Amino acid sequence: MNDPLIIAGKPYSSRLLVGTGKYKDFAETRAALDASGAEIVTVAIRRTNLGQNANEPNLLDAVPPSKFTYLPNTAGCYTAEDAVRTLRLARELLDGHSLVKLEVLGDPQSLYPNVIETLAAAKTLVAEGFQVMVYTSDDPIVAKQLEDIGCVAIMPLASLIGSGMGILNPWNLQLIMNRVSVPVIVDAGVGTASDAAIAMELGCAGVLMNTAIAGAQNPVLMASAMKKGVEAGRAAYLAGRMPKKLYSASPSSPTTGIISSART
Amino acid sequence: MPFDINQKAQPNFLIEGGAKRGAGEGDRTLVCSLGSCRSTIELHPPIVECSANSNTSDLTKVITLIINGATRQLPLNTTVEALIEALGFAGKRIAIECNGDIVPRSRFATQTLSHGDKLEIVVAVGGG
Repeated sequence: MNDPLIIAGKPYSSRLLVGTGKYKDFAETRAALDASGAEIVTVAIRRTNLGQNANEPNLLDAVPPSKFTYLPNTAGCYTAEDAVRTLRLARELLDGHSLVKLEVLGDPQSLYPNVIETLAAAKTLVAEGFQVMVYTSDDPIVAKQLEDIGCVAIMPLASLIGSGMGILNPWNLQLIMNRVSVPVIVDAGVGTASDAAIAMELGCAGVLMNTAIAGAQNPVLMASAMKKGVEAGRAAYLAGRMPKKLYSASPSSPTTGIISSART
Repeated sequence: MPFDINQKAQPNFLIEGGAKRGAGEGDRTLVCSLGSCRSTIELHPPIVECSANSNTSDLTKVITLIINGATRQLPLNTTVEALIEALGFAGKRIAIECNGDIVPRSRFATQTLSHGDKLEIVVAVGGG
C-alpha cells in the first residue's frame, strides 16, 4: 500500500520517527533504528568535549545522514533565543538542512512545553526558512496558531516526555486533528506498541518516540514492535473501524440453516 | 600542534600593553587635588600591540576567550581554522557560533578570533 507520510512536500514511507538518545552504545542505536524502519531520526546539538579524544565514536558515523533524515532538536532549551541559536548551529552543522524539531521546555521536572516561547521561536525560525516540526502541548488553539505561523508538522505530547504513560487525552488529539491540516504527529508519552497503535488509529499522521524503545529491556525487539504497532494502527485507521455499540442485533454467523432440536 | 589549547588562563592576567590587571593602581588614575591625593576609577581599555616590531612581552600576543564555557588562551590573530586544527576537529562535522552569530564554514580560514570572544563549538549527539 502506497501511503506516504508527507512532510513539507517530501514523502516518507515510515510513519514512525525515533530518537537516538539513551541507548547503550551507537551499535545498539543503529540496530534499533534499523528494526524500527524509521527514516526520520532526531538528534541533539551539544557542545564538543574539548581536550578529549577527537576520534571518539561519532553519532554521524553510526547513523549516517546519507541513510537517515536527521531531525535536529532543541532539547534542553528553555527560551526561544536558545532554541533558535541551537537550530542555526544545526543547520550549519548539517550543510543547510532545514527540517528541524522545535521544542522549548517549561520546566526540568515535567519537560512540559513552554508554548509562549515555542510560538516566538517558531515565528523566527519560519522567517529564516526553517521547516519546523514543533513539539507542543495538546492545546488545539496553540496547535492552530503554530500551523498559521507556518510550522510543517504539529507534534503534541500524548503524555509527558519519557513517562511512557500512553495516550492520556485522545479527545484533545482529535480536536487538534480537526483543526490543522499539516501532519499531526504524537511526540512523547508512548510507552508500548499498543500506545503507538492507538495514536495511529485516532488518525495521527505519525508517532515520534525515544524512551519507549531505548528504555525497553530489549530495545531492538521493542523497535520492531513499535514498527508493527504504527503500521497496524495506520491500517486500522484507513480501514475504518466498525461502530461501537452496546449490543449487536446481527450475529456474526448466519441465522438460517441452524439444525433443529432432536427432542421435538 | 601550534600551541597548547588546554592551557588555562591565569586569573589576574590581562593584555594591556604589558600592564597587570587586579588590585593596585593599575585600573585607577591618581588625581591630585587640594590638600590630599585621591584617586578615581578610570577604565583602561585593553590595548593589544599588533606590530611585528613591538618590544612588548609575549603576553601581548595572547588573547583570552571563552570556548564552550571554559576560559582559554590563544595566540593573537588565531583564525577559526587554526583553532579547529589545534582542537583536533579538522575534517570533523562541527558548527561554530561566535558571540551569538554563526561562523559559516566558508569563513573559517579568514575569520580571526578576538580577545573576549565567546565561542560555542557543537556536534550532533544522540537525542530524542
